[in-house]
Amino acid sequence: MTTLDTSAPATGKEAARAKFAGYFVGLSRWKIGEVLFWLALVGAYFVPDMNIILLGHILIWGLFAMSLDLLLGYRGIPSLGHAGFFGIGAYAAGFLGKYGWTEPISGLLFAMAIAGAVGLVTGRFVQRVHGVALLMVTLSLNLILYDAVHRATDVTGGDDGLQGIVIDPVLGLFRFDIFGKTAYWYALIVTFLLFLVARALVKSPFGLSLLGARENTRRMIMLGAPIERDVSFVFAISAALAGAAGALLTQTTQFVAPSALSFDRSADVLVILIIGGTARLYGAFIGAIIFLFMRDWLAALSPVYWYFWIGLLLVIVVSFFRRGVLPTLETLLQRLRAR
Amino acid sequence: MNAARDIVLATRNLRMAFGGLAVFDNLNFELGRGERHAIIGPNGAGKTTFVSLVTGLLTPISGDVEFNGAAITRLSPQQRVKAGIARTFQINTLFRGLNPLESMVLALCERDGRSGQAVTSVSREKPQIDEALAMLERFGLQEGALTLTDMLPYGQQRLLEVALALALKPQVLLLDEPAAGLSTQQGHELFSQLVELTAGTTILFIEHDMNLVFRYAEKVSVLAAGSMVVQDTPDNVRNHPRVREVYLGV
Repeated sequence: MTTLDTSAPATGKEAARAKFAGYFVGLSRWKIGEVLFWLALVGAYFVPDMNIILLGHILIWGLFAMSLDLLLGYRGIPSLGHAGFFGIGAYAAGFLGKYGWTEPISGLLFAMAIAGAVGLVTGRFVQRVHGVALLMVTLSLNLILYDAVHRATDVTGGDDGLQGIVIDPVLGLFRFDIFGKTAYWYALIVTFLLFLVARALVKSPFGLSLLGARENTRRMIMLGAPIERDVSFVFAISAALAGAAGALLTQTTQFVAPSALSFDRSADVLVILIIGGTARLYGAFIGAIIFLFMRDWLAALSPVYWYFWIGLLLVIVVSFFRRGVLPTLETLLQRLRAR
Repeated sequence: MNAARDIVLATRNLRMAFGGLAVFDNLNFELGRGERHAIIGPNGAGKTTFVSLVTGLLTPISGDVEFNGAAITRLSPQQRVKAGIARTFQINTLFRGLNPLESMVLALCERDGRSGQAVTSVSREKPQIDEALAMLERFGLQEGALTLTDMLPYGQQRLLEVALALALKPQVLLLDEPAAGLSTQQGHELFSQLVELTAGTTILFIEHDMNLVFRYAEKVSVLAAGSMVVQDTPDNVRNHPRVREVYLGV
């Protein structure tokens, strides 16, 4: 064990250096809590009477909220229209399945590419807009898209949704069943793989410059950082991940309706992320677990007023756990350990 | 004597206005390589505006900014940074939610073109991490290297402000009131540290405290009423009748 020996400055300095050099290694190392989290999602499948369909939805919402976290949590760009990208992915996967391309994995990648491309363009478009104006622009883009899908009944089926979507068994082996078993595994594996991508990104030098731009754009400019390029890139990645979540929903339910890109969905994903906590990826999943379990439970109690309680929860979280549930838990845990 | 001076940064007939308010009419300025040069002037003379024009955060109405003899007036701020101009701000412009180590590694990754790397962990950027540690040690910031910048004592934040700019290895470093918010004694301490730490770099600084200016600057320019009134050595500037007029009204 290396101990910091203050009587020998040279050694002390080296020990300090070793500690600092190890700092970034520590940041990217897998924590025990992370491993347990994913194992719990695997284990949840085997719990008797578990609502697997709800769990699958939690994964999809978690992935969707995580995509927003890259934008809002890590880069500090708020969006009130993130469901636009979710919907693009959902409809892209839906059209493929309806018109003959029924293989799910390539369909998912295609949906991600389309959503990512739209995200790239959106990113270029909004990179000079800030604050409230940005909220308005993202909201407007979402509303325009929603209205287009809603009205183009010949193409999208309008309110009735896109019918006749066919999705082949995953890898030609695992057929999507009505109990949602295949859907759950498919969603879990896709979500986990995309989580790995997002995790690598936020721990990388690019992730660090996202944080830098969130903290101080002016300083980033004065470091010579290409912040416009970075905004386009993170928008594209975030949109692609949101699109993947949308495609997962379509593929696992073999149906897509305009609600996939409604403003309500944009608001819900923001609520999920705020409840869970921003800029830690897992906050998105914790938020999704809380939000969907509460919605499920509250809707059973009162199908009409469930959102009232969600609203109340949000007020409580924002008032008492400012940074969200997960960061508060982390702080509590640290305090307990320090004792 | 001027002919022998190697000019690294210059402005030619720079004109700038905010709406109807003219800041400079015809501003000409030259900075020699290796100089430690101060710009002084009454409040509102446009000192910070001048720095922002040089760094590209503002664009002049007409005139040119030249760097190593070439006009850089149309370059973006980022392009100017890459060309070798770095600056600090009068009000701390730091990454408050990051610690000094992260901030420094970030600056070095930007400098070395590593910031687009989105696949492997920051921990793999060994040269930048090592240099960041050395830089923080040089500035005496290693103690708080893992403390949130926001939690650092103000004096250390001022040092970090300079360290981040200096990490870019600029040819010219512009310091906008580096001692702002510090006590007189802290200001002197900071400046004596800066003289040592920035040795070999051309420095252009703005400072209100005349004791600091006349003690640490090798050359002084006086900005008043939209133009550079005098550019000379501290002693000559001190005794210049126009300066006495501008500052003392005599």
